[in-house]
Amino acid sequence: MTERTMPLAKAINEGLRAAMRADDKVLMMGEDIGTLGGVFRVTEGLQSEFGENRVLDTPLAESGIIGTAIGLAMRGYRPVCEIQFDGFIFPGFDQITSQLAKLTYRNEGHQAFPVVIRVPYGGHIGAVEHHQESPEAYFAHTPGLRVVSPATPNDGYWMIQQAIQSNDPVLFFEPKSRYWQKGEVADDGVPAPLHQSRVVRTGTQVTLVGHGAMVSTLLQVAEIAAGEGTSIEVIDLRSLSPVDYAPILASVQKTGRLVVAQEAPGNVSVGSEIAATVAERAFYSLEAPVLRVSGYDTPFPPAKLEGVYLPDVDRILEAVDRSLAH
Amino acid sequence: MSYTEATIQLLSPQGSLLENDTTAPYLPYLAALDEERLREFHRQMVVTRRFDIEAGNLQRQGQMALWIPSLGQEAAQVGSAFAARPQDHVFPAYREHAVGRIRGLDLMKIIEMLRGLSHGGWVPEETGNFHLYTLVIGSQALHATGYAMGIGLDGASGTGDPAVDQAVLVYFGDGATSQGDVSESFVFAASYRTPQVFFLQNNHWAISVPVERQSRTPLYLRPAGFGIPSVQIDGNDVLASYAVTTAGLDAARSGEGPRFIEALTYRMGAHTTSDDPTKYRGDSEMEFWSERDPISRYEAYLRSLGEGDDFFQEVATEAEDLAADVRRRTLEIANPPASNVFRSVYTDAHPLVEEQAAWFAAYEAGFEEGSA
Repeated sequence: MTERTMPLAKAINEGLRAAMRADDKVLMMGEDIGTLGGVFRVTEGLQSEFGENRVLDTPLAESGIIGTAIGLAMRGYRPVCEIQFDGFIFPGFDQITSQLAKLTYRNEGHQAFPVVIRVPYGGHIGAVEHHQESPEAYFAHTPGLRVVSPATPNDGYWMIQQAIQSNDPVLFFEPKSRYWQKGEVADDGVPAPLHQSRVVRTGTQVTLVGHGAMVSTLLQVAEIAAGEGTSIEVIDLRSLSPVDYAPILASVQKTGRLVVAQEAPGNVSVGSEIAATVAERAFYSLEAPVLRVSGYDTPFPPAKLEGVYLPDVDRILEAVDRSLAH
Repeated sequence: MSYTEATIQLLSPQGSLLENDTTAPYLPYLAALDEERLREFHRQMVVTRRFDIEAGNLQRQGQMALWIPSLGQEAAQVGSAFAARPQDHVFPAYREHAVGRIRGLDLMKIIEMLRGLSHGGWVPEETGNFHLYTLVIGSQALHATGYAMGIGLDGASGTGDPAVDQAVLVYFGDGATSQGDVSESFVFAASYRTPQVFFLQNNHWAISVPVERQSRTPLYLRPAGFGIPSVQIDGNDVLASYAVTTAGLDAARSGEGPRFIEALTYRMGAHTTSDDPTKYRGDSEMEFWSERDPISRYEAYLRSLGEGDDFFQEVATEAEDLAADVRRRTLEIANPPASNVFRSVYTDAHPLVEEQAAWFAAYEAGFEEGSA
């Protein structure tokens, strides 16, 4: 197996390139993705390799991007749409939730809609309003969509290709604060299934679950806790819809304690669903209430306050302590 | 009432062909029509109207949750539908029953949808590329534009071969022109020079809101701002609808980019069977448009060409037969199986839906065991 070290943004770029080489029906669509290579450079070099007919710098209209991607999918294309920032997905929300998500149901399975929507999401970059949000719950709540989020360069490389191969619409949430974090990418490794969650650190006393940028924070928490004599298991969700519960339930059956962490507001969130499901299915294994550590139920604050808002190592450690106190 | 100096009319309300400088570019399209096709225009308008009335009656008798009448809009729909070639793709809103029938849709699919059996469910490949109805106003304009972008990317228009060049015909109403999606579709269509015709049926009412609230300027003037050539036609004139749409689709197929047609017509019925138009519109307007009815006008024209009573009687009989058939088939419709709830949510396997489907099957089976 050959491995290369690269940052997440580059790994997704390489994954997109591989998908475009493998299937000439794969198209890129979005604002500033062609000549500029995207504001985060995730599509850098793709237009020069594949041309303007496969990497489309679109007009500045998110509903237009998604709506025309739907039409292109009807024509047999596999469009990959970039939404420039998380908070700009909402002008396209209707086309995503009322059309893209429902069209296969409406046509009774006669046509698939293999459209991928890439969304750089989350905080930690000190940006202005609408540029640091975590809107994944809206889409995880919508039947007909699949929602995933890679936490590492290797997952970025493989999961984007799997998302493009999926015959269903996939929301692909990219943790933008980790775009520049390097990791190994296995060029010829066998990828895990797209919708599988994964134990990324084993432990015995508390289970921590998170996705995207939160995963490396959880690993830091586990490292610090280990220094204090606490053994923590960390699970990277990878897929937010559907959620792969088997590793989570197995872990909770072992540890008896679960803390779910996420940047998104906690009310009616992916973390809430995981907490409810674990309570339903692993109630008698639990030694303590399931706890959530989330963004507060406020709008994302101005950048100088994002450190207050975003769950960090200390807030998660505090939750671990509360769980262990039972 | 809403005709302007720019309105293209080939057939006067009295049914006589208008030959003048305005109509001259379009008359050759009519000259190319044989007698059978001319008769077909009438046949489709009459049969669809009769179907529409029968479906409304069936709704009133509890056979459907809702009916969406197309009464009064037959000429706009029939003329434009016949302008499309077999290889073209048609994206309707939800009132284009005549267009669907002409493209090959079994009208029972619409009955089934409004009875609550499906959300549409027909297959465009089997219905002359007539795509599904879309109920969120204007959403289909973007789907149509994306499809037309795909035709462009495939090099399937502008080859110069009219037998293979493709185009898209998309329908929407005056209310839809206020939707952002429709304006965005104009932007994308103009930017990518898509092979498509935007066909606006201005029936003057978006449920209870008159078109004047949607636009202070005649709607056919709006596309100019997007760089899309546009014309306004008398939408109750089936010949104008046919000829102008043919010209537009020919231009689109030839690689000249999108075209826009505003067809002035009138919703003679309610928005749907849930609507009560007596609350918001008056008799004088109905009178004005009744005098411009698409069917009587065209019948007068056919008679002036020498068509006799036999033909009109034959069409009337066909319409009655279709209505009877639709009634019989509607009364025979069985409810869909409960398992349809879980069908086709995804194309690939999905554990959550499968788990819930399995749970439901076991839950149902539990009742059967209990009653045995």
